[in-house]
Amino acid sequence: MEFFRGLVLGQYVPVDSAIHRLDPRTKILATLLLLTVMFAVREFAGLAILTVLLVAVALAARIAPAYLLRGLRPLFWLLVFAVVLQVFFGEPGGHPMFRWGPVVVTRENLAQAAFYGWRLLLLVLSTTVMTLVTSPMEFTDGLERLLRPFQRVGVPAHDLAMMMTIALRFIPTLLEEAEKIMKAQMARGAEFTRGSLPTRARALTPLLVPLFVGAFRRADALAVAMEARCYRGGEHRTRMHVLRFGPQDLVAVTVVAAAAAFALIPPAAWRGH
Amino acid sequence: MIRCEHLTYVYGRGTPFEATALTDVSLAISTGEVVGIIGATGSGKSTLVQHFNGLLRPTSGRVLLDDVDIHGPRVDRRRIRQQIGLLFQDPEQQLFEETVVADVAFGPRNLGLSDDDARARARRALELVGLPPDRFGPRSPFELSGGEMRRAAIAGVLAMEPRMLILDEPAAGLDPQGRRDILEHVRRLHRDGALTIVLITHSMDAVAQLCERLLVLDQGRLVADGPTRAVFADLSRLTALGLGLPQVTLLARRLGERGLPVRRDVLTIEEARVAILEALAVRGRGVL
Ligand SMILES: Nc1ncnc2c1ncn2[C@@H]1O[C@H](COP(=O)(O)OP(=O)(O)OP(=O)(O)O)[C@@H](O)[C@H]1O
Ligand SMILES: [Mg+2]
Repeated sequence: MEFFRGLVLGQYVPVDSAIHRLDPRTKILATLLLLTVMFAVREFAGLAILTVLLVAVALAARIAPAYLLRGLRPLFWLLVFAVVLQVFFGEPGGHPMFRWGPVVVTRENLAQAAFYGWRLLLLVLSTTVMTLVTSPMEFTDGLERLLRPFQRVGVPAHDLAMMMTIALRFIPTLLEEAEKIMKAQMARGAEFTRGSLPTRARALTPLLVPLFVGAFRRADALAVAMEARCYRGGEHRTRMHVLRFGPQDLVAVTVVAAAAAFALIPPAAWRGH
Repeated sequence: MIRCEHLTYVYGRGTPFEATALTDVSLAISTGEVVGIIGATGSGKSTLVQHFNGLLRPTSGRVLLDDVDIHGPRVDRRRIRQQIGLLFQDPEQQLFEETVVADVAFGPRNLGLSDDDARARARRALELVGLPPDRFGPRSPFELSGGEMRRAAIAGVLAMEPRMLILDEPAAGLDPQGRRDILEHVRRLHRDGALTIVLITHSMDAVAQLCERLLVLDQGRLVADGPTRAVFADLSRLTALGLGLPQVTLLARRLGERGLPVRRDVLTIEEARVAILEALAVRGRGVL
């Protein structure tokens, strides 16, 4: 029994590829850019361009497509819900395709639903790809650097980054521990996956109490270990991994920016030529 | 009682983190045996025993309890978990109730026993592990010492009244007295309670004292399965597997190398005492 198998988002895959070697700042900025463009895009053609780009990045990063798709599985019902909502309760008017009692499904609404569904997929896909190719450490390093200019207006860049590093670092540990405690309680006859919702909620006590006790103990130990090594925040700290923005980063940023620009040009403009 | 046939288990199948933990393990454990499982860290010991009570489902192969496949269609897994008690590594993590007695009664309650019956069983189990229920029962499990927590956790499994008790490193991290106590309780459970025992441990001394039979795992494969004495006869092989010999067995071997004709396969202090005295007597006669 492995309970938390479906969780891919945030599971860094340590392989070596050109994409993995990019500066984390490049990856963060590129992702932010893509997310923004995804919200701005109005045409299917734009989504198609972004999809091609993402698939190319995933291939270059040597992520197995099956693994990527697995990560999208939890999204499935949200996707269905969004599409159904759009199809049945979208804008009135347009060309009716078929009707079902009081509900009229129009071609326009169907197209809209497909568009929103696709966009939602892309949003999740792009963040998933980013977390798959960026180790949590690199990610927070990059974030800290990007936030540094805002320190002057009171953003505690270093502390935020450190908090995030610690949280990210302990998610897998906590999941592992949760799995072990679940198994230990199941060995004592507990059931977590059966029964009505209230029953299941009550069944969580034997899992949550030990999990929290463990988390607090761990936090305590970590604090002591950090103090013992004289940790005192961001002032005057040097880094083990110095971030370097190289030529390959320039190439990556250019490619992403170009794809983003193309995605935003309405097809009508193409036809104009 | 328990039989594994060509058991293979792969963690995280279909992800980049795929790891084969067990490869083609076949074995059988009969009622009343005391079996030790040894093997280096990561050799698959914990993974193996989690198959015995159906917590893990074999990637391929079968696990049978009394000749019935435990993942068969009409098998009640809760009944299996009642019969095969499994104590996890670091079991003090699983304590959660407000009082020790309530925590120990968690298992019986899950089996559908009434509150009173569950409590009665909990008290009996606490008695068995040497925690007098009147003194320890009403206390919070989080206030116990490490060794007491460990024993309370064992009681939690015993309260299910299993036929087989699997202990995953029950004595790890305890002081010498705590270790001796736990092992002594295990021995007594086997002798008085007729429990079948499976003991996972890194202590060669503990298995030498307790177990009649040893299973040796190496990188997910079962590389030896036989009487304890026979397994400990092959030092070079054990060393290659990252294991060793019990202290007294080593002592007997050393004495042998120094010329005292001591039996080399002693396993307990008592055996060593007898063997050394015999050897001294033989030598004494030779000199005279
Ligand atoms: N939940 C898990 N997910 C993925 N891999 C695991 C998991 N649990 C164990 N493994 C891997 O399976 C292998 C066997 O682990 P197992 O815990 O069974 O070893 P062990 O013999 O009990 O070791 P130890 O003596 O340290 O307790 C190891 O390589 C381990 O990394
Ligand atoms: Mg183990």
